[in-house]
Amino acid sequence: MPALVLAEHDKGRLSEATAKTVTAAAQISDTVHVLVAGQNIASVSAAAAEIQGVARVLAADDARYAHQLAEPLAELILSVASKYDAILAPATATGKSTLPRVAARLDVAQVSEIVAVEAPDTFLRPIYAGNAIQKIQIPSGVKVITVRTSAFKAAPLGGNAIIETVAPAADPGTSRFTSENLSVSLRPELTNARIIVSGGRGMGSKENFILLERIADKMGAGLGASRAAVDAGFVPNDYQVGQTGKIVAPELYIAVGISGAIQHLAGMKDSKIVVAINKDENAPIFGVADYGLVADLFEALPELERALG
Amino acid sequence: MKVLVPVKRVIDFNVAVRVKTDGSGVELANVKMSINPFDEIAVEEALRLKEKGTVTEVVAVSIGPAQASETLRTAMAMGADRGILIRHDGELEPLAVAKILKSVVEEEKPGLVIMGKQAIDDDCNQTGQMLAALLNWPQGTFASKLEIGDGHIQVTREVDGGLQTIDLDMPAIITTDLRLNEPRYASLPNIMKARKKPIAEKTAPECGVDVSPRLKILGVSEPSKRRTGTRVANAGELVTKLREAGVF
Ligand SMILES: Cc1cc2nc3c(=O)[nH]c(=O)nc-3n(C[C@H](O)[C@H](O)[C@H](O)COP(=O)(O)OP(=O)(O)OC[C@H]3O[C@@H](n4cnc5c(N)ncnc54)[C@H](O)[C@@H]3O)c2cc1C
Ligand SMILES: Nc1ncnc2c1ncn2[C@@H]1O[C@H](COP(=O)(O)O)[C@@H](O)[C@H]1O
Repeated sequence: MPALVLAEHDKGRLSEATAKTVTAAAQISDTVHVLVAGQNIASVSAAAAEIQGVARVLAADDARYAHQLAEPLAELILSVASKYDAILAPATATGKSTLPRVAARLDVAQVSEIVAVEAPDTFLRPIYAGNAIQKIQIPSGVKVITVRTSAFKAAPLGGNAIIETVAPAADPGTSRFTSENLSVSLRPELTNARIIVSGGRGMGSKENFILLERIADKMGAGLGASRAAVDAGFVPNDYQVGQTGKIVAPELYIAVGISGAIQHLAGMKDSKIVVAINKDENAPIFGVADYGLVADLFEALPELERALG
Repeated sequence: MKVLVPVKRVIDFNVAVRVKTDGSGVELANVKMSINPFDEIAVEEALRLKEKGTVTEVVAVSIGPAQASETLRTAMAMGADRGILIRHDGELEPLAVAKILKSVVEEEKPGLVIMGKQAIDDDCNQTGQMLAALLNWPQGTFASKLEIGDGHIQVTREVDGGLQTIDLDMPAIITTDLRLNEPRYASLPNIMKARKKPIAEKTAPECGVDVSPRLKILGVSEPSKRRTGTRVANAGELVTKLREAGVF
């Protein structure tokens, strides 16, 4: 039976998380379908149809899916679930909110945030903030899985899947969208950025983040932060990298004024190159850094900006 | 209105977790255990609602070994009114926990269940959503702000792009994120008082649910280690190294 992937998209754009999840799904099943649920999603469905390895795109275009609320979305997935042997979603806010509902209603377990497919029924996933890797098997039943997208390459484009309309499912009608307050940024989104510059409590204030922003803009980097920087109100919540924030694995991660608590490391230690700038030479962040600079960030950052030319 | 707060006993977040040499799991012997930090935030939120007069009773429930009663005592020292311990030794999958919690909800009939978004041991992030699905209730996951109205609740959620506010019919399930509040410390007198608060005890089979595992853990291993890096003297040298490494 085929595998179904829940597409992640926003404002008419298909997120790269979808193609990454397709890569994981293709290692589980020979046939992969993608479900696009939303309002005015023609462009998203067309983009999903171009992902190589996708045989069919199911498009559910209805106002009830406009804000990806978990209750109606789970009902929609359940309405087609019997045709699938595996149901996957990227481990995004939407995927994490929706798939456990689907699993519970199918009376099966869900496997969260897989980082590798060892066999079609066997997966690796981190536990304890990435301090241990669990090898886990789903011996029977539908496989309901969320995928840590930083661990999978995006399936390439060049496909040409059939797009098929699916009827919306009954909406439980118990939840309503009220409003949203999304960060607007011209910088690359964290989970997609090739380079990330991240600031911690050591940045000292919201205003000081400008020092990091300048560097990020010189390098075309995304901006991240530790929990402490978010809690202190220096930056919005969606900047948080870590065990309970965003999981990233860019080519280059520069941690500035971040001590390197395990909860933070859990979100970035799979980055290809890690740079740490910290005035405390014993900060644990240096334990995972390829290049460590022991310095006061208020001197080091302007210097770095100049050195970048 | 009554609020039910499920609290899990987990390895303390400060402990450096070690994988057992035989690959069967992680070292739990003689390791400090605590209430799951997100559940502490859940208890705090329930208490604040009680202090505002919206909520009349805060009931903490934990599923686990006998020592999970310590986790309930922590919740009661913060101010929860009473505890329910569902005894079970060994691992439980989120689906099984959700089924047990469903049976507790059916008995206690809370207007709201506030729980953690994630247990920091299994890092599953599933139980609240599963409980909501089993009860056919709406859910407000990753909550950073709650506002209770008449028969409904406004929940501001931490989502990937920022914040989203939704409105839910009650009863509902809320799962907490880090910014919802800052939990209080229990005072010594309250810790003493908590010793006298009641804990009702039951076993999982007495809840009438099937908790048999659906998944097979084939082993637990150490993550790959990063190679040791080098120190650079200044920002100029750093940029040179990064150019050499081909980053830009
Ligand atoms: C349940 C739970 C979940 C969590 N989830 C996350 C998560 O997802 N992500 C996360 O990041 N954290 C998370 N944490 C928090 C984590 O434990 C740490 O508290 C946090 O990461 C610390 O942030 P920090 O490194 O910015 O601050 P600190 O630990 O205070 O470190 C600040 C660093 O800045 C350095 N510094 C200060 N001034 C300067 C200067 N002028 N120049 C250079 N360096 C300077 C200091 O030497 C220090 O090393 C979580 C915690 C819990 C309990
Ligand atoms: N054994 C348990 N006892 C009580 N609550 C639990 C238990 N396991 C999970 N929970 C609740 O479910 C939340 C999410 O857990 P999880 O889905 O395992 O990440 C936790 O923060 C707790 O509120």
